[in-house]
Amino acid sequence: MNIDHHLDAATIIAYTAGTLDEAFSFVAASHLSWCPTCRETARQAALIGGEFLGELEGTKISEGCRNQTLSMIDTATLHRFPNSPPARGEVPNPLARLLGGVALADLKWKRKAPGLALFDLPLSAASHGRLFLMRIAPGKAMPEHGHGGEEITLILSGAYNDKFGRFAKGDVADLDEDVEHQPIVEKDFACVCLVATEAPTRFKSWPARLIQPLIGI
Amino acid sequence: MPALASDMLNKEKSLDRQREDQIARRLILNIAKNLDKQAFSTLFDLQAPRLKSFMMRRGASPEQAEDLVQEAMISVWTKAGLYNPDKGSVLTWVFTIAKNLRIDRIRKEASMPLTELIDYDAPSDELGNDEMLMRRQESQQVARALTEIPSEQKQVLMLSFVEDMPQMEIARRLGLPLGTVKSRMRLAYIRLRKTLESPN
Repeated sequence: MNIDHHLDAATIIAYTAGTLDEAFSFVAASHLSWCPTCRETARQAALIGGEFLGELEGTKISEGCRNQTLSMIDTATLHRFPNSPPARGEVPNPLARLLGGVALADLKWKRKAPGLALFDLPLSAASHGRLFLMRIAPGKAMPEHGHGGEEITLILSGAYNDKFGRFAKGDVADLDEDVEHQPIVEKDFACVCLVATEAPTRFKSWPARLIQPLIGI
Repeated sequence: MPALASDMLNKEKSLDRQREDQIARRLILNIAKNLDKQAFSTLFDLQAPRLKSFMMRRGASPEQAEDLVQEAMISVWTKAGLYNPDKGSVLTWVFTIAKNLRIDRIRKEASMPLTELIDYDAPSDELGNDEMLMRRQESQQVARALTEIPSEQKQVLMLSFVEDMPQMEIARRLGLPLGTVKSRMRLAYIRLRKTLESPN
């Protein structure tokens, strides 16, 4: 896999600090599982957390807490290395776990508009975002749109082009909220993406804005 | 305090922490290999007090903080075999454990399926000897980078890593556009990376 488009360093920092919303964290973790470059960035960012922890003055721990912890390790079960799911490579591991091994083609996609299908993924109630898979037909152009919020898109298969270049498997579009773009899917294959958004996507043109409630993105 | 004296103090502090990290690494190794309880109690005394302060900075009461410290330190015991010295200091690892604990709690409270975001199955990338040596000295470089970046950049990192605030909340707290918060994070990271890549 040749990855040209990476996560924003600010996104990786929020991810490592643990402050990125669940939907965005999921897409970030998925990209990280495929991208050694961003893994190194995440490793470096985590060092900041260690450094801040080291800078803190300690607070006295009660005897009770100390004794209890030391006695609890006697019965604690040691962590075993998790059995990784078979790396079939169609989707990144976090997504493979969430889909429980079901192939992308076998999901119950919901058709939202001609050439556009979505599949919603579950999040905990604490999340303010939305996480879904999106499948766009070959050759299809998405209406030009801004996001009215943040959005991260990871390409799982196929490819699209927009003013930022070509996005293919493994690439991630980590866009600021004020960015507008118009992705056009390449003509040979459908493009399947994993998407996190925080707010409903707002299409720019009037007709597109009118159908937005209908297609639900 | 004159700049030079404070520089020296900072340097000394970070050298202390480097020594502490070497000790912590040996303790973790002993726990992983021999289930050495003595090593664990030493590690507990070394790190639990800081971890408690850390939890309290994030809004936990002293009692809640001790509960979290207990849970985090037990994870340190059960996961000692997963600690990879090439990835960073023991404190960095403990920070990640504490952070994941908090995320797990939020999701459990929401009674929704856990998605195990943490283990993105990072294969350990093979390192040469030089690189390994460089990484042992990283904590010192991170400390240096954090004193060199402008205070406005350090502030957003503190709010993020210590106060546990999402970017949007940081923007609100500081009265800044979200984009400014992000660009401060980016600039801070660029400086950190430069410092890590060019030691001394």
